[in-house]
Amino acid sequence: MVPVPSLLALSAVLFTLGLFGALMKRSIVIVLISIELMLNAVNINLVTFSRYGMAPSVAGQIFALFNMTVAAAEIAVGLAILIVFYRSRNSSDVEDMDLLKH
Amino acid sequence: MMLSFRKVMYMALSAGGVFLGVAGIYILLQADFLAFAQILIYAGAITILMLFAIMLTKHDTVEESPFTWGKALPAGIGTFGTLLFILWTIRTSSWPVAQAVPHGSNVSEIGLSLFRTYAIPFELVSLVLIVALVGTVVLARKEED
Repeated sequence: MVPVPSLLALSAVLFTLGLFGALMKRSIVIVLISIELMLNAVNINLVTFSRYGMAPSVAGQIFALFNMTVAAAEIAVGLAILIVFYRSRNSSDVEDMDLLKH
Repeated sequence: MMLSFRKVMYMALSAGGVFLGVAGIYILLQADFLAFAQILIYAGAITILMLFAIMLTKHDTVEESPFTWGKALPAGIGTFGTLLFILWTIRTSSWPVAQAVPHGSNVSEIGLSLFRTYAIPFELVSLVLIVALVGTVVLARKEED
């Protein structure tokens, strides 16, 4: 078996990479992908504990499945917003999303 | 590696690679159904959707990063601190492993549990999906005026 702490460490690394990308990158698409990375890290944790936790059951996998569908819905809506934003501002840069500032 | 590329297209493609790797982790954890769902949804649908979005917008965008330390430093310190804290927590706590339960068929187990115990959340998720679908169409539609 794969030891639990290494799986958790992998998920922690994935999560922080996603966090860093979401904070640092300037393209909206990349920010969305980074959010997906964070959700994936959470899913790894859920599946790990559904297999090797104190009370192993299938509930963790069910929860990860729900998580996936919500992530897919989120990415679809985010990309629709990106398309509309690109149509109106002709840019896909996070820095240009400042309509509410002025 | 994914964050270090400069072209947005390469970043999206390597994100697909990351999703495939996560699917491999699921197979290692004997979550077969989840691994296939991961490949279908993430590596298939979401990566392709990302590529479509990149193509529809400026598809030759290069992350022209004038790597500003004023922005990178607090973000880097914050995320690195978070990482160290999580790793320290993982290291200092004990993880008791229950004896390996003999899983039957993973898929049938998930199906039974999904439609018996979690029937109402399942329906709610379908509601979320249809709302997202309609919302996406309404958002991205060209306004005829």
